[in-house]
Amino acid sequence: MIETRGLRKSFRSRAGRETKTVDAVRGVNLEVAEGEIFGFLGPNGAGKTTTLRMLATLIEPDGGEATIAGADLRKDPAEVRRRIGYVPQGGSTWDESTAREELVLHARMYGIGKADAQRRAARALEAFQLTEYADRKCKTYSGGQRRRVEIALGIIHEPKIVFLDEPTTGLDPQSRAHMWDEIRRLRRDGMTVFITTHYLDEADALCDRIAIMDNGEVVAEGTPTELKREISGDVVLVGLDLAATPQAAQALDGEPYVNKLETADEGGLRLYVDEGATAIPQVLRRLDQAGLDLRSIELHRPSLDDVFLTKTGRSLRES
Amino acid sequence: MKFARDTWLIFQRQTQLLLRNPVWVFVGVFQPVMYLLLFAPLLKPALNAPTQAAAYKIFVPGLLVLLAIFGGLFQGFGLIAELRAGVIERSRVTPISRLALLLGRSLRDVVSLLVQAVIITLLALLFDLRVFIGDLLLAYLMLALIALMTSAVSYGVALKVKSEDALAPLMNTVAQPVLLLSGILLPLTFAPGWLQAIADWNPFSWAVDGTRALFAGDLGSDKVWQGLTITAVLAALGVVWAARQFARSVR
Repeated sequence: MIETRGLRKSFRSRAGRETKTVDAVRGVNLEVAEGEIFGFLGPNGAGKTTTLRMLATLIEPDGGEATIAGADLRKDPAEVRRRIGYVPQGGSTWDESTAREELVLHARMYGIGKADAQRRAARALEAFQLTEYADRKCKTYSGGQRRRVEIALGIIHEPKIVFLDEPTTGLDPQSRAHMWDEIRRLRRDGMTVFITTHYLDEADALCDRIAIMDNGEVVAEGTPTELKREISGDVVLVGLDLAATPQAAQALDGEPYVNKLETADEGGLRLYVDEGATAIPQVLRRLDQAGLDLRSIELHRPSLDDVFLTKTGRSLRES
Repeated sequence: MKFARDTWLIFQRQTQLLLRNPVWVFVGVFQPVMYLLLFAPLLKPALNAPTQAAAYKIFVPGLLVLLAIFGGLFQGFGLIAELRAGVIERSRVTPISRLALLLGRSLRDVVSLLVQAVIITLLALLFDLRVFIGDLLLAYLMLALIALMTSAVSYGVALKVKSEDALAPLMNTVAQPVLLLSGILLPLTFAPGWLQAIADWNPFSWAVDGTRALFAGDLGSDKVWQGLTITAVLAALGVVWAARQFARSVR
């Protein structure tokens, strides 16, 4: 659905008397498959929004190529515009207009006829549970309602792909969960969804695949599970009495599924394994055979923050 | 066809929003009406005009041009608010014509200016101003061209500077000398030679002269076609330049 090769953009910024060139995006290669929710994860200033704005035809790349829904970004931006929807980060509705007016106008900007535009607006209002407020001015809406209007605007012309720039930033937890459901619904309706986010849990829970971006470059790409596994695999914490620990270590050392084994000073073991879910039953069985009682067993999975830390040397929470 | 449809779409939307708050049309008229009531009576003795009506024939066209210049130049503020709300960005991801994004807005400004001009003209009729209707319509065409140019330029500059704080002083700095050098308040026939020479380089001075000639019923005067040609060319240049700003990246 989306394929980019070496997409670049730099900006000139003036600090005092000096002009500095900032390389906002330094050669991004991406492949997004049809029907995916693809996430762009990274700290503020990583180049996510700049990349998104290039893909949405709002700024021209300095270099590189991209094909979006079959249209060439550099050669035919007008065709790209017809095939995509874009929901900007800072909002896109006018205080003095109503949701219905905004939806009808936006549909008509795509060349859709008046009657059809009105039908589509009514349908979108229904789907996003906005019918009740449809004829009130946008300035009276809550943050979550307004964001739903904006997403409805982005898909009013039924694009193949929709780009959502930080769709849940600034929303309360409940509206956020609601928005995730809406985004999943878009995918169910057959759309490819491309979102940017700086929330780890959002990337993890919502996205089929993610690309981690830092400093204008993609530093990692894959499904959340793949990315985490690539870092360290899972860790199984086995709680044991101090006395039982050496025996247990002897019993488990050399088992094929244990990559590495560490003994904790206060008793207990840390087992590094590829897949916790399959390792735990085997650990239990082995300890049972050895006649050892265990106090607890815990599975620790690495988070996307561990992935970010490994790839960039910084924690996403700090940056 | 698509372009005409797109322009109409934007024009409709902008007009609808303006009508929702029509007070702005009247706020715009308030100042010129004050000039008409409180300043114009001074003109008959000052200009040595034979009658009050003769003084109005000189003053009203200048006032209308003033309205067109200022009304247009300050439209950029509304666009900055739209930029901030993300409305412009949202429009730019659709295939709508970029020229239509500008022209729909500017035509709304032209229409609202013409409404104001009609109000002023009707008021001036109460003061015995008499103009032949054909001449008046041509004068309105001149005003429309001026408003088209100034509003387009204002939108273009707004897209470039992106902040009210920068736009306000910029527009004032431009408007002030333009105003003084166009003989709007008093005809430049009183001006010393050097001032007259500078004013000859001010296109609005030509527009004011042309409009005055029309109000005087002097349709055959060279000033009429000169004024119309100059404003038409500048309006076209302003529109092309500003439409380019709409097409370029807005960030």
